[in-house]
Amino acid sequence: MEYTIFILLLPFLSFLTLGIAGKWMTHRKAGFIGSTVLAVVTLLSYITAWQYFSAPRLEDGTFATLMPYNMTWLPFTETLSIDLGILLDPISVMMLIVISTVSLMVHIYSFGYMKGERGFQRYYAFLSLFTMSMLGLVVATNIFQMYLFWELVGVSSYLLIGFYYTKPAAIAASKKAFIVTRFADLGFLIGILIYGYYAGTYTFQPDEMSLLTGGAAMLPLALGLMFVGGAGKSAMFPLHIWLPDAMEGPTPVSALIHAATMVVAGVYLVARMFPLFIGYAPDVLHIVAYVGAFTAFYAASVACVQSDIKRVLAFSTISQIGFMMVALGVCTSADPHHGGLGYMAGMFHLFTHAMFKALLFLGAGSIIHAVHSNEMSAMGGLRKYMPVTHVTFLIACLAIAGIPPFSGFFSKDEILAACFQFSPVMGWVMTAIAAMTAFYMFRLYYGIFWGKENKELHTEHTPHESPLAMTFPLMFLAAVTVVAGFIPFGKFISADGTAYTIHLDWAVAGSSIAIAVASIAIATILYARSQQPVADALARRFHGLWTAAYHRFYMDEVYQFVTHKIIFGCISRPIAWFDRHVVDGFFDFLAWSANATSDEIRGLQSGQIQQYTYVFLLGTLALILLLLL
Amino acid sequence: MEYYLIVSAIMFFAGIYGFFTRHNTLAILISVELILNATDINFAVFNRFLFPDGLEGYFFALFSIAISAAETAVAIAIMINIYRNIRSIQVGKLNDMKW
Amino acid sequence: MEITLETVVFYFLAVFITVCSILTVTTRRMVRSATYLLFTLFGTAGIYFLLGYTFLGSVQIMVYAGGIVVLYVFSILLTSGEGDRTINKMKRSRLLAGLGATGAGALIVVFITLKHKFITTTDLAPLEINIKTIGNAMLSSDKYGYLLPFEAVSILLLACIVGGLMIARKR
Repeated sequence: MEYTIFILLLPFLSFLTLGIAGKWMTHRKAGFIGSTVLAVVTLLSYITAWQYFSAPRLEDGTFATLMPYNMTWLPFTETLSIDLGILLDPISVMMLIVISTVSLMVHIYSFGYMKGERGFQRYYAFLSLFTMSMLGLVVATNIFQMYLFWELVGVSSYLLIGFYYTKPAAIAASKKAFIVTRFADLGFLIGILIYGYYAGTYTFQPDEMSLLTGGAAMLPLALGLMFVGGAGKSAMFPLHIWLPDAMEGPTPVSALIHAATMVVAGVYLVARMFPLFIGYAPDVLHIVAYVGAFTAFYAASVACVQSDIKRVLAFSTISQIGFMMVALGVCTSADPHHGGLGYMAGMFHLFTHAMFKALLFLGAGSIIHAVHSNEMSAMGGLRKYMPVTHVTFLIACLAIAGIPPFSGFFSKDEILAACFQFSPVMGWVMTAIAAMTAFYMFRLYYGIFWGKENKELHTEHTPHESPLAMTFPLMFLAAVTVVAGFIPFGKFISADGTAYTIHLDWAVAGSSIAIAVASIAIATILYARSQQPVADALARRFHGLWTAAYHRFYMDEVYQFVTHKIIFGCISRPIAWFDRHVVDGFFDFLAWSANATSDEIRGLQSGQIQQYTYVFLLGTLALILLLLL
Repeated sequence: MEYYLIVSAIMFFAGIYGFFTRHNTLAILISVELILNATDINFAVFNRFLFPDGLEGYFFALFSIAISAAETAVAIAIMINIYRNIRSIQVGKLNDMKW
Repeated sequence: MEITLETVVFYFLAVFITVCSILTVTTRRMVRSATYLLFTLFGTAGIYFLLGYTFLGSVQIMVYAGGIVVLYVFSILLTSGEGDRTINKMKRSRLLAGLGATGAGALIVVFITLKHKFITTTDLAPLEINIKTIGNAMLSSDKYGYLLPFEAVSILLLACIVGGLMIARKR
């Protein structure tokens, strides 16, 4: 499996080449290099997965954890060191497939979408950097290596969100993303350090001796802090504020980073530390579930009233990641085989969600490319002009709503089954949120493709179907969405590693399908026609609630208040005053006193002879007096 | 004997006062002459009253007179030179230092 | 203390010297200052004669009164003789400072002088030091001979002559 190093090395080399020499390449060449490298990486990932999963299992029924490379990089003590290496494990191999496939689709798509843009080569360089960082994150052998690549992913996200750097909104959004995730990473780092100290190692198998001698009590704290870092990157409430603003970046970037790969890094972190969570910190796991559930509900309610299609999709992403966190969080250790259903379901949903969410975003990009605007008011009735986009978008909406036989149904059904296993309340709450998901997605669908056309915009520029570079990825991802549901996921990934056959619990499945169909019906009644009397009447009736949801329940204003009034006003300003006046003032005073003293002493060297003699005389008289007395 | 010393003390301090308060450099040099003379009187008086047999104070005074003469000559030569260069012998004008 | 001629002469000379020295340093005009200096030097010579040191007094008159004062008068006339009087716009602070320092010093000295008891020597044995003694003492190289200082002073005088010429020559 030594060839796996190329999965990391090739995108890095592509980044260096495109970054340094991109200026002298044509756009075609740069795009071609970037996409070819990624195609090779995707091929290598598939080969790795094939080899890994077709190898015979070990005696206890699990797949072997392979570490083709593990190099000691920074040793702290004999037992504690930061390593760099590649770890192959069912979830990391699955993530390799997801990341490389979606990234390849985005690379091909960007050929058409970013055509003629300034900075085309820079864009492909950053995409390669991001791909390398994300791949490095998932194959990390120890938590510190994961942290390293975590930060790299954050930097790539910053660079890509702020790609249109002449736009102030984009700059502000990239800064916000980086600062919020960096702030969460502080918790992550503290968690890592506590973990390293008490578990005796940074790898994912803690040292038994250290744990027995008092380490086990500190593990929940360490894991909780690490989850804080994951919550920042995965946009859990209240650290979700950066994700809607991150839509300022180009749409393929949103598809890659903020739908399919980077935002699932937090989910991947929890999954990676899952044995430790189950064994030593089950309560923290439940906190994870509650946070995820609340986030899902919050995001779904805000998504129902947004008018910018990318914002709707962003909140939808936050909601679906909430689903994944809930899935991981409701696992219990009581029955390792069935209690770990949520783990398998969460990972399955990650896989399918990556595919159909990327499809949704790329489809949105295609629409934005056609009408040159993000707002739903500029769209309507586009099904006549863009057939391919229409069909693929519809497939993705059906998948996210949970309609069989599309993939979303299977993964969401497993999550709901796991929730019902945990507690009926959680199960019904998540079902309700699933209904809201179906509702707002179809509101979006009808708003774009049905309803009243915006004729004024069409007279200048008739919307037309996108070029093949853009429609090919849409079709490919749609095909994956259709068939992915039938993959026997449990055979490959499960909580304890043994094969798990997925049963379909018809009670849960039936209720979820029924509720989804009902939501779609409501959405159709409200939004499918050109006039929307019922929707407008509802909006007027609940005007306060509608405006609050439109403004995302004023979370950004709360943050502004806390940072500006409280932190800046009450803490930073006095400290700054103290620094400027007391600390600096002290040194200014020293300098001033030196100056003043020297000014005084300077008078002693005036060049006037009489003054010299005067001083001499005074000195002599003083001496005489001294001798007298 | 003390009365002689008081006289020389008065002359001495008159010289010091003149040294501090005069603007003309030559007046300062004159004050220096007064001081030197006062010390000569002191030496002569001490020799006469306390050591009538020896001549040390006598000769000291003698040589002091000779040396003051030499010093005065050189000082006046310097003053003449200064006068040639800056056309003034006010001591306030003489405070320009090297750097 | 009986009033002898000696005391009368002494008091006269004392007053004379005091007055003239104070006038030397307080007068505005330079030539007058030089003249008062001359008188002071005469007074000093008088004191030497009173003490019985005739040779010293003569040397004083010859060198000081006859040579140095003439030198001063010449230089005063050369430099400030063009009607440039001593501009006495004295700063009040400087005057007071000088006066203060002088007064303090004078007080200290007088205090010391009168506090300590010197050997009571009111009566002076008349003294006659003749030239032969002086000459022998000055030019002998025994224990109390002053040949070395004599030669040194002569070299010093030579150096001063040369130096004076060098400094003040015409460029």
